[in-house]
Amino acid sequence: MFAYIVRRILYAIPILVGVNLITFALFFIVNTPDDMARMQLGAKRVTPEAIEKWKAERGYDLPLVWNASAEGSAKATGTIFFQKSVRLFVFDFGFSEDKRDIAGEIRARMWPSLALALPVFLVGLAVCITFALLMAFFRASYLDFWGVVACVAMMSISTLFYIIGGQYLASKIWHLVPISGYAGGLDAVRFLILPVVIGVVGGIGASSRWYRTLFLEEMGKDYVRTARAKGLTEGVVLFRHVLKNAMIPILTGVVVVIPTLFLGSLLMESFFGIPGLGSYTIDAIQAQDFSVVRSMVFIGSVFYIVGLILTDISYTVVDPRIRLE
Amino acid sequence: MPVILVTDVLVWLLAAAATGYAFYCRRHPHLAVPWARVFRSTAAMASVVVLGVYVALGLLDSLHFRPELEKKDGEQKAYSSEVLSVLDLALSHLRGRSEKTYSAPLATRSFAKEQIELPDGRQLRDFPRLRFGGAHLQDEGEWAGDVAKRMLTGIAVAAALLFLIFLVMKIIRKRRPEIPWSAAYAAIAVLALLAGPAAALSSGYHVLGTDKVGQDIFYLALKSVRTSLVIGTLTTLVLLPVGIALGIAAGYFKGWIDDVIQYLYTTLNSIPGVLLIAAAVLMMQVYIDLHPEMFQTAVQRADLRLLFLCIILGLTSWTGLARLLRGEALKLSQLEYIQAAHAFGVRDTRILARHILPNVSHIVIIAMVMDFSGLVLAEAVLSYVGVGVDPSTNSFGTMINAARMEMAREPVVWWALATAFTFMFALVLAANLFADAVRDGFDPRVRM
Repeated sequence: MFAYIVRRILYAIPILVGVNLITFALFFIVNTPDDMARMQLGAKRVTPEAIEKWKAERGYDLPLVWNASAEGSAKATGTIFFQKSVRLFVFDFGFSEDKRDIAGEIRARMWPSLALALPVFLVGLAVCITFALLMAFFRASYLDFWGVVACVAMMSISTLFYIIGGQYLASKIWHLVPISGYAGGLDAVRFLILPVVIGVVGGIGASSRWYRTLFLEEMGKDYVRTARAKGLTEGVVLFRHVLKNAMIPILTGVVVVIPTLFLGSLLMESFFGIPGLGSYTIDAIQAQDFSVVRSMVFIGSVFYIVGLILTDISYTVVDPRIRLE
Repeated sequence: MPVILVTDVLVWLLAAAATGYAFYCRRHPHLAVPWARVFRSTAAMASVVVLGVYVALGLLDSLHFRPELEKKDGEQKAYSSEVLSVLDLALSHLRGRSEKTYSAPLATRSFAKEQIELPDGRQLRDFPRLRFGGAHLQDEGEWAGDVAKRMLTGIAVAAALLFLIFLVMKIIRKRRPEIPWSAAYAAIAVLALLAGPAAALSSGYHVLGTDKVGQDIFYLALKSVRTSLVIGTLTTLVLLPVGIALGIAAGYFKGWIDDVIQYLYTTLNSIPGVLLIAAAVLMMQVYIDLHPEMFQTAVQRADLRLLFLCIILGLTSWTGLARLLRGEALKLSQLEYIQAAHAFGVRDTRILARHILPNVSHIVIIAMVMDFSGLVLAEAVLSYVGVGVDPSTNSFGTMINAARMEMAREPVVWWALATAFTFMFALVLAANLFADAVRDGFDPRVRM
């Protein structure tokens, strides 16, 4: 298994290189640094000097991939590609367009993101599995039917509606929690409870319905019939046998998400004013701060790959038949 | 003067292709049978009616032209710089009548107080009467009676229409008894009973109120339908060829081709979707902003941006379909009839076209209808993040984005948000129900 993990990590390198090339192409070749400077400085009536100055301040005045005028190894390192893209590999993110240290921002903003995303993830998983088990237990009854109807209806509602509606009801009408904002320490609970509830409710529809299908499929198998035939109660069949076996497909979808929790939920954070990575990204997008967006793309893909490896490892935990070689 | 927008062309081509596909299916039993199964579902019939109304609105809104300006003697024909659609013509009474600012649904007075000059010269701070909403009323006391009268007229017309449809339905029902016509009829009835009063009221009032700059919300919502449909359908149009070609090639050829394609979609997949879309859209925005000479009118620029958004969404979301198809092609290529074809020396391209492609087509169809609702919802979110459609394009996302700040107002301006969410909910719900029916009809075992 150790060898397998090592191989998977090595396999991640070409993928990260690919991600890097894609972002490099998007950010520097489709639009040259000149275009970006013109955007940042206001598209009309910019002097060439101002553009040069903007580029020099941020290190965009180098050639794209090959610096012919430099000496020795600087031919390769003295380029935008090396300075801006290759350095991401050692998590050296550099500075944002307004000259703030990106790595520092990320470290500080990671925790609020996690404080929001982790409860949403755990509570959401528990709620959805419970709901799905309930529907599977009472299958082909009114409860099941209306449960599925409710799921489809909830899937069809925009996330924005949950957020805006929840904020309106809980904060404006009932005055239960503050509309938005954040505080450190235990105080954060006051600010987090509404986004967590909204996050969980917003996810119920799609996940519960999906888990219900998984459970029902598992229930049609022979071992379940055998378990029933030897006289086990339906509850035991459901929890001991069906739930355990349905864990594999559930894990496929779920474990991948765990590392990306750090990135937080873009929408939720920006609506509730939580100073996490999600709102950082949205602000960067709206301010057209490309260095931040570039760094977040890279971090996001690193987390995704970690998630994939974790998924594989988790298989061996829930299903001893699976061996990683 | 007709104006041909790129998305218009594509939308109509798509509509033509869909019609062609329908005729093709009728003559081929292996396709006709699953579709017949789809239409035997009550939920599908009801949602088809709803989707049909949306599609009709979208198609009408996809015929653009520039109206001719009134000609003075001896002058050449001149055209307005404003680009209108056929739907605008039909709704011209809604489009033209804008107020100054917010007004509540069916209101006769504005939402904000204003200085009003009385006939005797004194000034008064009050809610002014609207320019158009309820302007035909001499006395505002008549309001309740007038609204009730219009609503009843609307309902009466709708009921009469429904009776006619009922008679037609009776004849069709005899010819095709297996299809649940009553579900379709119920959906038609609900829509007619909503649309009848709305149409009757809209001639004198703003049925769903007005927005910040006084535009009729009902009109904006109807105009937004096209954007949703374009994003939901054109994106799949981009996604399908890429997803099908790469997915099947990976599963069928195996070896290094498989490795390369797998590498490609793992790489794309590993970039968080929103970020990749945001990055691509930002780049496109810079390009459009720096090349204003490429676009004649603002509408054309907004339209190109919409098209680019579809392309970007398509290019970032083909991976799911490709992975499904790869698995299926891998399975199929082991089957006897493919092996037999190999043994007979049939060329790969021919095997792919004649044997593999038809046998994965159900997955393609299911993926297409399943993706639609997600894309409609995604549009709203992307517009909020600022990487969606052009701010001047009517869409549910831009409507929500413009209206959400007003929730902090006292009293609350709720109608714009409520309208956008309701229209979007109806569309997405219908699409979801239809997608479920298609999935059940084509392959009860495929899970997405």
